[in-house]
Amino acid sequence: MSRLTYSSNTSNPRLKPLLGDWLVIIISIFAVIFMFQQFWSFEHASQLRIRQGNKIIGTYDLNQTRELHIKGPIGESIIIINQGKVRFKQSPCHNQYCVHQGWLSHAGEVAICLPNQVSLQLLGAKNTYDSLNY
Amino acid sequence: MTRSTINISTTVEDHHIAKLTALAIGLHIIEAVIPSPLPGVKPGIANIVTLYVLYEYGFATAAWVSLLRVFASSLLLGHFLSPTFVLSLSGAICSLAALYLAQQLPKKYFSAITLSICAAFAHIAGQLLVVRLWLIPQTGVIYLIPIFALAALIFGLINGLITAKLIEQKS
Repeated sequence: MSRLTYSSNTSNPRLKPLLGDWLVIIISIFAVIFMFQQFWSFEHASQLRIRQGNKIIGTYDLNQTRELHIKGPIGESIIIINQGKVRFKQSPCHNQYCVHQGWLSHAGEVAICLPNQVSLQLLGAKNTYDSLNY
Repeated sequence: MTRSTINISTTVEDHHIAKLTALAIGLHIIEAVIPSPLPGVKPGIANIVTLYVLYEYGFATAAWVSLLRVFASSLLLGHFLSPTFVLSLSGAICSLAALYLAQQLPKKYFSAITLSICAAFAHIAGQLLVVRLWLIPQTGVIYLIPIFALAALIFGLINGLITAKLIEQKS
């Protein structure tokens, strides 16, 4: 019985986090939030860069509706830009991986059609990675 | 024939370390059989023992308990000298280093909760460092940092509260 009353008495000052503890907890929460923002930046892309082979075909604004036809070694890839997102609509390649990848909208996302040597790279306000090299 | 016996003279201190390490090993092994939704995310309940020992017996005993627990548990689970063991050891060493620094903070403002959170973050930092440098040497590991940091914060806080409660009940 005494145990029951003891556990219900939560106003014990020693168990409460102290001032410094609160400081550490709050700093830690901010640090974790910062890490999520930093490493999981789901920033919406603003621009699209298309490459064919080793040259940049062009950099396009994503906020438009447009269809692009890119000629590669095995045919013509059709890319559609639709208000902030982009995808391969049609590709002459055999396995159609690029088409199945679907819509891309976040900065840093990439879709590549290797057989036709066409790549789409989404760019944000800041460039996160520069990993597209042939 | 005379039976040869080896007598190891032990101190009271040694018995304390042995008992507390046994407790920590028990918790470690219980935790090892609990499935985790994400590989690597574990509550680290054995650290409660480390923290408790730090408060009751001092840093040296806590370091003994923590490191002995890592070695003994890995032997029992069959992980000794495997990557799991190295991860466990690097985490334990880093969290001991953090505890050593954090215990210098004034006790008036910082309780076991602070120590627990610091140790949890150091633990995961030590493990991720080993993962990045040795096991998975590529930048993709950085995507895991936020998840592990969040887990460290939550479990560090919970373990800290449990330790604070234990210390309070003892006194």
